[in-house]
Amino acid sequence: MASRSHTRWRFRQPSVIPGFGLALGVTLTWLVLIVLIPISGLFWRSSGLGWSNFIALAFDERTLNALAISFGTATIAAIVNLVFGVVLAWVLVRYRFPGKRVIDAMVDLPFALPTAVAGIALTTLYAPNGWIGSLLDPLGIKIAFTPAGIVVALVFVGLPFVVRTVQPVMEEIDREVEEAAATLGANRFQTITRVLLPGLLPAGLTGFALAFARGVGEYGSVIFIAGNLPYVSEIAPLLIVIRLEEFNYPAATAIAAVMLILSFTMLLVINMIQAWSRRRYGYGS
Amino acid sequence: MAHDISSASAAAPPSLVDAATSESRLARAVLTAVALGFVALFLLLPLTTVFIEAFRKGAGEFLAALADPETFSAIILTLTVAGIAVPLNLAFGVAAAWAIAKFEFKGKAFLTTLIDLPFSVSPVISGLVFVLLFGANSALGPLLQSYGLQILFAVPGLVLATVFVTFPFVARELIPLMQEQGTSDEEAALSLGATGWQTFWHVTLPNIKWGLLYGVLLCNARAMGEFGAVSVVSGHIRGQTNTMPLQVEILYNEYNFVAAFAVAALLALLALVTLVLKTALELRYSDEIAASRRH
Repeated sequence: MASRSHTRWRFRQPSVIPGFGLALGVTLTWLVLIVLIPISGLFWRSSGLGWSNFIALAFDERTLNALAISFGTATIAAIVNLVFGVVLAWVLVRYRFPGKRVIDAMVDLPFALPTAVAGIALTTLYAPNGWIGSLLDPLGIKIAFTPAGIVVALVFVGLPFVVRTVQPVMEEIDREVEEAAATLGANRFQTITRVLLPGLLPAGLTGFALAFARGVGEYGSVIFIAGNLPYVSEIAPLLIVIRLEEFNYPAATAIAAVMLILSFTMLLVINMIQAWSRRRYGYGS
Repeated sequence: MAHDISSASAAAPPSLVDAATSESRLARAVLTAVALGFVALFLLLPLTTVFIEAFRKGAGEFLAALADPETFSAIILTLTVAGIAVPLNLAFGVAAAWAIAKFEFKGKAFLTTLIDLPFSVSPVISGLVFVLLFGANSALGPLLQSYGLQILFAVPGLVLATVFVTFPFVARELIPLMQEQGTSDEEAALSLGATGWQTFWHVTLPNIKWGLLYGVLLCNARAMGEFGAVSVVSGHIRGQTNTMPLQVEILYNEYNFVAAFAVAALLALLALVTLVLKTALELRYSDEIAASRRH
């Protein structure tokens, strides 16, 4: 039976380190002022619209199309990134080749390169007269100014999420596991698909979810290459900007509220994947 | 090759051990080619394009584009905004990490999640929340304006939006690092009679300085490159509220490609410098920064 003196509820464990009040005070003040008040303001505004009005604005046909395009292209891009990101991480962790350090460092380029710069560069490359676009054009494949262009931009911005989530987990794989699988008669393909990949699943899913979440909200790199045709290649963040420029604040607010709820759900899912992977595999990111 | 058995068990020829825990030579070549091809196509090619397009008409045109007064004022504005937003988030990040890493209290995990919240918000929405808060039909905007304080379409709005999107950077680098370092150094300093501030300046800060620099580096890159959030609150007043990424957009939409890519090249250079410094920090001070990367 637990001793009664220690079961009393206390907000914080005693510590000789000073400055808790100041540090927590600064943190909470800044958090409330910069993040919580502005975000609650958005929800407060959208609740002021009234339920039926909100539904009408949020589920307007053009809005639904924009949301479908945002979520659809983000899903495809995250799948592409999951496949190639896992291959890239594997090559970076396991193989040796000249220039490996540089390639490893380059993976973070999408984190460092401003999205507008990525946007105009990708558009120039994939436009019908660009280096890649001119190769694909005779084949009848158009990338820029179509939804495929959105996917290309989202693959660019999402790649580091998958690689950087999967890579550290791969580095910690115990070689003995592979040796054991081989001793038991598994060929290399079986070892990879039956032993290694299942262990990488949580990290892969987390990377996928992060890349997806980023892709759904992405704006700067997409608007240049998308062509921005309503109902075809118009993403939800762009529609928010368009509604704002029309001074249609209620519509902008309603779309934003829907997107926020969806991304917070995503955040919750990511946290649940990580909690599950900590329980199941003993690690998490 | 068959004679080199030092690294493998003596019983089995190394080629067999290799075969058991590695892919065939062909598979390795194919996977490497796929990975490198993907990097070349999606990362190297766009980066190269920026510089090629910027210098398409020679260095003279490139420099002339940067010397344009509107572009020049965009550069100054970007430096100003980042110069205000980054120190603010630096101070916040240190405070948050101190509270979260050095103490045990209820709701800590929830607080950490809240700090990461801006990462899961679309940049456009990050700008929108401030438009709703300070816009013409809000309660606060007209009030502040009657005191002559312009938030939207001015530097304060740009700073607010930038602070919002770069909010978690410093904190999330420092929290895992300081958690790993524990509190024994600080306790030793305090028991020897140091004050709280002395402990922080002479014990904690030297321990976290490289991690701090790392966080500031990433925070700064995002602050200078932010587009969506800043675009919504800027109002696009030429020569006044256009940051460098917004100037890129305007020049590009005017089909002034050389000038657009000239500004873009400056930003790409900033990204490259960031990557080089980041890699150098990771290689040299991996123990002092890498708590978050080792997982």
